[in-house]
Amino acid sequence: MSSDQPFITDESQVVTETRDARMTGQGDRFNSRLREAFGSSPFILTKFDKFLNWCRGSSMFMLQFGIACCSIEMMHTYAVKHDLDRFGSGVPRASPRQADVMIVPGTIVSKFAPRMKRVYDQMPEPKFVVGMGSCTISGGPFQEGYNVIKGAEEVIPIDIHVPGCPPRPEALVYGVVKLQERVANGEAAPVTVKPYELEEFSDLERDELVDKLADQIDDDELVMRYNFADSP
Amino acid sequence: MSLERPDTVDDGVPAQTPDELEALLGDLVVGRDDHLNAPGFVIRPDTVQETLSILKEQAGYDHLSVVTAQEYENRYESIYHLKKYDDPTQEVSVVVPADKDDPVSETGEPVFRTADWHEREAYDLIGIEYEGHPDLRRILLPETWQGHPLSMDYDRDRPQIATLPEHANPLQDHHKDDESDTMFLNIGPHHPATHGVLHLKTVLDGEQVVDVEPDIGYLHRSEEQMAQSGTYRHQIMPYPDRWDYISAGLLNEWAYARAAEDLADIEVPEYAQVIRTMGAEMCRIAAHMLALATFALDVNGDFTATFMYAINDRERVQDLLEDLTGQRLMFNYFRLGGVVWDLPEPREEFFSKTRDFLDQLPESVEEYHNLVTSNEIFQMRTIDTGILPPDVAKNYGATGPVARGSGVDYDLRRDDPYGYYDELDWDVVTEDGCDNFSRLLVRMREVEESAKIIEQCVDLLEDWPEDERTIQANVPRTLRPDDDTEIYRAVEGAKGELGIYIRADGTDKPGRFKIRSPCFSNLQTLPEMANGEYIPDVIAALGSLDIVLGEVDR
Repeated sequence: MSSDQPFITDESQVVTETRDARMTGQGDRFNSRLREAFGSSPFILTKFDKFLNWCRGSSMFMLQFGIACCSIEMMHTYAVKHDLDRFGSGVPRASPRQADVMIVPGTIVSKFAPRMKRVYDQMPEPKFVVGMGSCTISGGPFQEGYNVIKGAEEVIPIDIHVPGCPPRPEALVYGVVKLQERVANGEAAPVTVKPYELEEFSDLERDELVDKLADQIDDDELVMRYNFADSP
Repeated sequence: MSLERPDTVDDGVPAQTPDELEALLGDLVVGRDDHLNAPGFVIRPDTVQETLSILKEQAGYDHLSVVTAQEYENRYESIYHLKKYDDPTQEVSVVVPADKDDPVSETGEPVFRTADWHEREAYDLIGIEYEGHPDLRRILLPETWQGHPLSMDYDRDRPQIATLPEHANPLQDHHKDDESDTMFLNIGPHHPATHGVLHLKTVLDGEQVVDVEPDIGYLHRSEEQMAQSGTYRHQIMPYPDRWDYISAGLLNEWAYARAAEDLADIEVPEYAQVIRTMGAEMCRIAAHMLALATFALDVNGDFTATFMYAINDRERVQDLLEDLTGQRLMFNYFRLGGVVWDLPEPREEFFSKTRDFLDQLPESVEEYHNLVTSNEIFQMRTIDTGILPPDVAKNYGATGPVARGSGVDYDLRRDDPYGYYDELDWDVVTEDGCDNFSRLLVRMREVEESAKIIEQCVDLLEDWPEDERTIQANVPRTLRPDDDTEIYRAVEGAKGELGIYIRADGTDKPGRFKIRSPCFSNLQTLPEMANGEYIPDVIAALGSLDIVLGEVDR
């Protein structure tokens, strides 16, 4: 076939239903109920913010973030049978920089809290957090533990709490869908100042503990200070 | 019956009576402190290495299960629980008291490599210093932590500071010249291939790993403290489910149940033992399915077919477990002296569901072999990578599929029988490859053995006379084992020897509750497998260890 000749097929040879539908323009394939609702006019009139929120809520990218027991149920939620992807939010991203939603699936302990805060900070705005399980609410069964942060909300803001130890996959699906609903409606959790912030060591108030650690920690090193006595 | 012990045991691993051992150790022994499971010899804190090496070289105690540390009113104490790989019923405890004001004790690390991490943990949580230890740092808590949380005068209300340091390259100075350069790479604590919150400090020379150091403690949930503040009868049992949370709940519960039942002298009815055995093996299948799924994920890449297939099979076995226990993951099904309730009604339906699952299992296993083990790329990545020779495995106290993948024939279900295992017909799986592939193969073959066990249990339960279905022994509402009785008991968890040490202090709560986690010891072997290998092999080696951080950090 020479290059200036367009590629021509014999129309009569290739006839399928799909092909017919395509050739007639708006075929049944595209006739969703949404499209029907628009009627003959192909235009919609909406507020830009509303439209964008709807888009945001309909396609959420989760952070692949496993901490503890709940992450096993989280994996089941992503995988066959429960398949979170049915709701448009089931493709976990390995990098926080590509994710919108962080599911916090487990107990937060002293050594991990600064790392979780760092991962949260690395996610681009707007970002949302689903707290999965009792540990992210209050420390759960480990609340009395000497090393356990009493809930993920001590460190990062959380939009939806899913209770359970661990929550069933159905519960997590419900939580995520609720979050999607809220995002689509433009609702967001109020930003609160968290008790435990990541700060430079030199910014800490001087006290006995800080003085004691002064020769162990550099001034510009990032630290998180826990006041266990004041924890809920 | 295929449960015959291996030849070495048949010929008799020479067993020593406590008096013979005492004679062997001679002047080293300054007292006796017998535990329920083993004779205990008290020695001076500066003779630890000498004692351990005599017991290892001359008496054949080649397995250091765990080092337990604790504080008394008047002294500190480290206990080295020794066993034999060839016959784990032969046990001995070496008790090392240390001064209350200046707790210093000689390290056992030169004799047993595994003592390295165990002693670091003892230092971290209790505060005993081990003289001559190569690297005595905190292991579970942040470097900057104040105080030792399981010691007696620890103040839980004091503020603490955790740091987020930049990790420097520890080898850079001596490896950096005009010719070569090394690079420091943090893998984790948030990384898809670390199976949780593990941090690997890796130093690379080109594509090769020069040094890898696991940094753990990101999920240290104070499990031992939680157990010590719960009562024996009911309050401890929910926690074991959360150590190894990969659906291995019943196996973990059994570890606590076995230790506490032996401590309080409780006899479990035979019917309950059969149910326990069946449930535990279902858990083992679920756990090994996830090990397979995540291993395939690590080696093959994205959310691929194998992962979904394995999760599908897990869902099936989880359905069965949910029918049995009422929960998907955290079963809380065992009670001291039995199980909480009988099989679900109608029983026939449960049996036929279980049989359906067992019937389709060979087909699924075949499918995995087609998908994974016979895949040429998979084989190239796993065969002859991550080599762990048997003597190294033993030195590190490796157990479970990791040890059996290195040809170490060690399975507590057969060697130290409990439950109903010694009445059933099944085999212990070992592979001699010592590589990543063998460890996976062991798990896959163990799934088939577990299925055999479940099938026999179902047969037994079906024919069990209706008036003999006792699910629980008569156990007093409050258990108060005698003051100062000590016991160490282990079961074969999904990952290996899961042991519990309990010291009773005369109250209804344990005075000391120590968890011997198989993953903790297994993970310690990672540098042996990974150093000098390529970076993808590190990931494969880590996947083949099948660690679960809840159990590593506790």
